[in-house]
Amino acid sequence: MVAVSPEISRIAGDRSHRARLTSWILVVALLVTAIMSLGWGASGTSLTRAISDLLAGRELAVQDRVVLLDIRLPRVLMGVCVGAALAVSGALMQGLFRNPLADPGIVGVSSGASLGAILAIVLGTALPAAIAGIFGWYLVPVAAFIGSWVTTMTLYRVATRKGRTSVATMLLAGIALGAILSAIAGLVILRANDSQLRDLTFWGLGSLAGANWPKLMAAGPIMLLAVVTSPALARGLNALALGEAAAGHVGIRVQRVKNRAILTVAAATGAAVAVSGGIGFVGIVVPHLLRLASGPDHRWLLVNSGLLGATMLLWADMASRTLIAPAELPIGIVTAMIGGPFFLWILLRNRGVLDL
Amino acid sequence: MTLAAQDVSVSIGRKPIVQDVSLTAEAGEFTAIVGPNGSGKTTLMRALTGELAHRGRITLNDQDITALAPEALARRRGVLPQAAALSFPFTVAEVVRIGLEARGERADALIPAALAAVDLPDFSGRLYQQLSGGEQQRVQLARVLAQVWNPVDEQGARWLFLDEPVSSLDIAHQLTVMRLAADYARRGGGVIAVMHDLNLTALFAQKVILLGRGEVLSQGTPAEVMTDATLSNAYGCDLRVNKVPTEGIWILPQVAA
Repeated sequence: MVAVSPEISRIAGDRSHRARLTSWILVVALLVTAIMSLGWGASGTSLTRAISDLLAGRELAVQDRVVLLDIRLPRVLMGVCVGAALAVSGALMQGLFRNPLADPGIVGVSSGASLGAILAIVLGTALPAAIAGIFGWYLVPVAAFIGSWVTTMTLYRVATRKGRTSVATMLLAGIALGAILSAIAGLVILRANDSQLRDLTFWGLGSLAGANWPKLMAAGPIMLLAVVTSPALARGLNALALGEAAAGHVGIRVQRVKNRAILTVAAATGAAVAVSGGIGFVGIVVPHLLRLASGPDHRWLLVNSGLLGATMLLWADMASRTLIAPAELPIGIVTAMIGGPFFLWILLRNRGVLDL
Repeated sequence: MTLAAQDVSVSIGRKPIVQDVSLTAEAGEFTAIVGPNGSGKTTLMRALTGELAHRGRITLNDQDITALAPEALARRRGVLPQAAALSFPFTVAEVVRIGLEARGERADALIPAALAAVDLPDFSGRLYQQLSGGEQQRVQLARVLAQVWNPVDEQGARWLFLDEPVSSLDIAHQLTVMRLAADYARRGGGVIAVMHDLNLTALFAQKVILLGRGEVLSQGTPAEVMTDATLSNAYGCDLRVNKVPTEGIWILPQVAA
């Protein structure tokens, strides 16, 4: 047997130093992007003027205060939460299904969340005022969470046989589930009145424009909690890449990891869909880029996905505010236009490798 | 330090695959499970590792395996699976580290040592998915080895469970892997391997368990189990032990240097 030296310089194939460096770059990128995003907008408010006012000890002009604190800041924070939640959900689902193409948007989990949200918007007014009062701003996020949770569970049950999750079954079952859920959503929408229809349309296109403090306070903590707790699943997901049996043999409580991953995905996706509608492809693009940059080790992938997802969504939001200014393009359209081709590219590149 | 199974039965669906199997394997020995295709070798192995639900009682070092926490079991024994697919582009070093993480301690220095042991010393930076089947099998073995590196610790013997460890290897690497496993046993660890190659089994095993149709047909030393009558009956084919063919070419691992 070979003698084991107690300390060793960097081992070839160990990419954790690269992943760590990526983390720091992404932290800086996110901070810079968030500040840029605060100064970005249609009104004449400038961030530099506001900062110089503050530094000089002057009070902010009323308009600046409203634009910065009540409109842009919640929108930026919401973008951070939603971007991180969607990207981490994607990374978790891909780890859980052991496939780089799993994404809440593609396999119908977002449709489940949408149905929950639509039910809450349309039927919410029919609830007795007392019950509606208890839930308040939480009603839509909670309903979306239940929708996405039930969908993820169903999908996993359908696609997994004897401990092996079939990708083909997963994608096809996801399409079928998505179709069923959308059909039910359509039925519910038929019952909506005019004001609810306006809410639904606005929400359905996917946008951060509706962000405000109450919504952020209701959905933000759920997304943050999901994102922050996800790295606890990293070791389990790494082992799961070897298959469920092998993961069990290295001491992972597989069922517990699966349940927690499903719960986290459902919470993060549900809350994100509830406040921002259908923003697709973030969960596919972000983890894939990071795997190319620093490998699939989930100890880094989950953290870095959160950071890059937040940064990319802020950029997409800035694009959506600029491209057809003064009008605003729904952000879901921006992410789909970038993410759709990217998804196809992954598919074509891996055609031989993917077990489809 | 013993692995003991008592009246173990396993059914998959309604079909009984393994019936009332009782066996023992001692630490410090290489125990081989042999038998024809469909005789229940892998199913028995999966029961012994705690992967499959089973009737009967299985103890490892006198502890019921169903009562052990997964983490505790992982520190006691490593399992080499037959198939070894991997879903993401991990490097070889990262795959071996998954085994190390089961130890709950940082011991990255074991990565090169484990790879050297399976004769893949310069492979740690390669991508697992780009390796050949035989190389992948050895990377998996390095991962398992890293998980239970020392054959004995303060709580007693550790174990290697190997499901067809040499099935996709060339003859030189079959010998590498068999010697590695035999060495692990000689240093006090337990080794249980499902084997197809009867020559390698005869060469390295101290104990052979012969299965047929889900039952133990015979168990004992290679000399006791590997007789003309027993093997011919088990495999349904006329077999002769130690008979030298009169013509043609034959190559035996027994005479490899």
